[in-house]
Amino acid sequence: MTRIDAKFADLAAKGQKAFVAYVMAGDPNYDTSLQIVKGLPDAGVDIIELGLPFTDPMADGSTIQLAGQRALEGGMTLDQTLQIARELRKEDDTTPIVMMGYYNPIYSRGVDTFLAQAKEAGIDGLIIVDLPPEEDDELCIPAQNAGLNFIRLATPTTDEKRLPKVLQNTSGFVYYVSVTGTTGAAAAQAADVAPEVARIKASTDLPVIVGFGVRDPQTAEDIAGVADGTVVGSAIVEKIGKGEAVADVLAFVKTLADGAHRA
Amino acid sequence: MPEDLINSFMTGPDEKGRFGDFGGRFVSETLMPLILELEEQYEHAKTDDAFWAEMHDLWTHYVGRPSPLYFAERLTEHLGGAKIYLKRDELNHTGAHKINNVLGQIILARRMGKTRIIAETGAGQHGVATATVCAKFGLKCVVYMGAHDVERQAPNVFRMKLLGAEVIPVTSGRGTLKDAMNDALRDWVTNVRDTFYCIGTVAGPHPYPAMVRDFQAIIGKEAKEQMQAAEGRLPDTIIAAIGGGSNAMGLFFPFLDDKEVNIIGVEAGGKGVNAKMEHCASLTGGRPGVLHGNRTYLLQDDDGQILEGYSISAGLDYPGIGPEHSWLNDIGRAQYVSITDKEALEAFQLCCTTEGIIPALEPSHALAHVMKIAPELPADHIICMNMCGRGDKDIFTVARHLGFDMTGPEGRNVE
Repeated sequence: MTRIDAKFADLAAKGQKAFVAYVMAGDPNYDTSLQIVKGLPDAGVDIIELGLPFTDPMADGSTIQLAGQRALEGGMTLDQTLQIARELRKEDDTTPIVMMGYYNPIYSRGVDTFLAQAKEAGIDGLIIVDLPPEEDDELCIPAQNAGLNFIRLATPTTDEKRLPKVLQNTSGFVYYVSVTGTTGAAAAQAADVAPEVARIKASTDLPVIVGFGVRDPQTAEDIAGVADGTVVGSAIVEKIGKGEAVADVLAFVKTLADGAHRA
Repeated sequence: MPEDLINSFMTGPDEKGRFGDFGGRFVSETLMPLILELEEQYEHAKTDDAFWAEMHDLWTHYVGRPSPLYFAERLTEHLGGAKIYLKRDELNHTGAHKINNVLGQIILARRMGKTRIIAETGAGQHGVATATVCAKFGLKCVVYMGAHDVERQAPNVFRMKLLGAEVIPVTSGRGTLKDAMNDALRDWVTNVRDTFYCIGTVAGPHPYPAMVRDFQAIIGKEAKEQMQAAEGRLPDTIIAAIGGGSNAMGLFFPFLDDKEVNIIGVEAGGKGVNAKMEHCASLTGGRPGVLHGNRTYLLQDDDGQILEGYSISAGLDYPGIGPEHSWLNDIGRAQYVSITDKEALEAFQLCCTTEGIIPALEPSHALAHVMKIAPELPADHIICMNMCGRGDKDIFTVARHLGFDMTGPEGRNVE
């Protein structure tokens, strides 16, 4: 049982929906980013998605893309991204950390080396956007063998025929991308999302978390209400990008978490 | 695998879209169903006579194929060695090889009921070709082009606009071809229902590298027949320039199993293949990685971050290369070399004055390598080089590098 499995068991016992927050590691710099990450659990974040900066984030909108550029310009690396996880683990051993990013920095490091380092740093799961089920041998299977969850995205284009393939080697939870598009795209409507979540839940026992287009506490509540939880990324990253103080960023995160937890 | 153990080099890719370890389908889930549908449609079209009949009709009457195979007599005399032939794909409608592939993809898009075409472009040749074919068929066309390229390829931007396309300057990254491809992928992932992504080179997720190669292979097929007619035999060496590598793959593919034919790909060496990475020579100066849907040689740093390449030629300014080239390199079936900006400029000028052909900067790189090797080869050695594009689009860049000011009413030499 990973920290992710334990967290969902705990939330289920409390009858609570999960609130997942995304931040880019090293945005706007290592120290500020570490402070924000360390503050997330107290702001009500159940699972942390830690973005691994990449020069070519093809599935992300401009908000996340710029966050990655800021991080890279500040000298952020894969090692330092892992170090943020390590630092959080010194004071928090229950909040799951899911690393989210693209395959090349991991492939460049070497899959086995990376998995050992990620596990040791306290990473619990991976969301690697450019690894569909067709490429499961690359990282998904080795990650599961190393005891890390591999969380897959299901999308509006994932039809009935394809869904079993997408779910097959997924673990931890399923991330349902509520709209076609990049991160930070137009908001999803809870009424449209509900049947899609039901469709996925009919085929898996895993929790289904919905993201893309959730930007405010009310939407977080509405979307979490029709799923097992919700993710907010771009709206938080936008505040960081504007240079808002750590306390203000975390206060905003808390309003989102409260929204999701009201559901 | 040792070369002599392979029966054929023409069977790839495998069912996972791999050429050896290269290629694949590294895309987000949203795009996965789209590329699977495309693969299915393409597999069907490939063996459909009606599809190829339509292609050949358009190649003949719209593009002007076959392009001539031309004996470059004065260039041959000037270099004083091997006999040099140029495959004249710069004479195609729109001025480059790009339209060979665009026609195939647009016919497929029409068969699939797609009404909106998107494309990325570097030098603008693929953008112009796509805008052209979209105009012909009345399809909406959106072209993503790096802001830096919009600036250095102004004539092609205007051409695309005249043809009714919307050109979107891409400002992310360094504003070149790589960034344009990112934004095209972002558009596709957003507009999945009605949009077809017309990729201009032999890269991207499977089936693009194979499909684009198959559409461009008309270059090599014609060259083979024309060489038989002219010389009664195959060439000894075939040479082409490589950015992503579509004109090269088109020339090379039909010759892959003719093991006596030397195959040489020429990458853009920019200011020199060195640690400063001021070049676009992915094979000579990069290492394998994953970008834009495929595993291939990439320019990247130690942490797997992609580097911006540099080249005088916008069409070669891409930090990757088609996966089939990576495979041909690793198994040793083709040889890859690099040529600097300076060498390409010299070749550009020589071609103008000895043959009366203004070449694009891209094939000028191939020609520069011909200039290096031809003098050392015997007179009965035949070289076939792909003249994949004409240089009209490049005269402003070349003028700047030669110190010629074209902003005045007459133009004047500033030196």
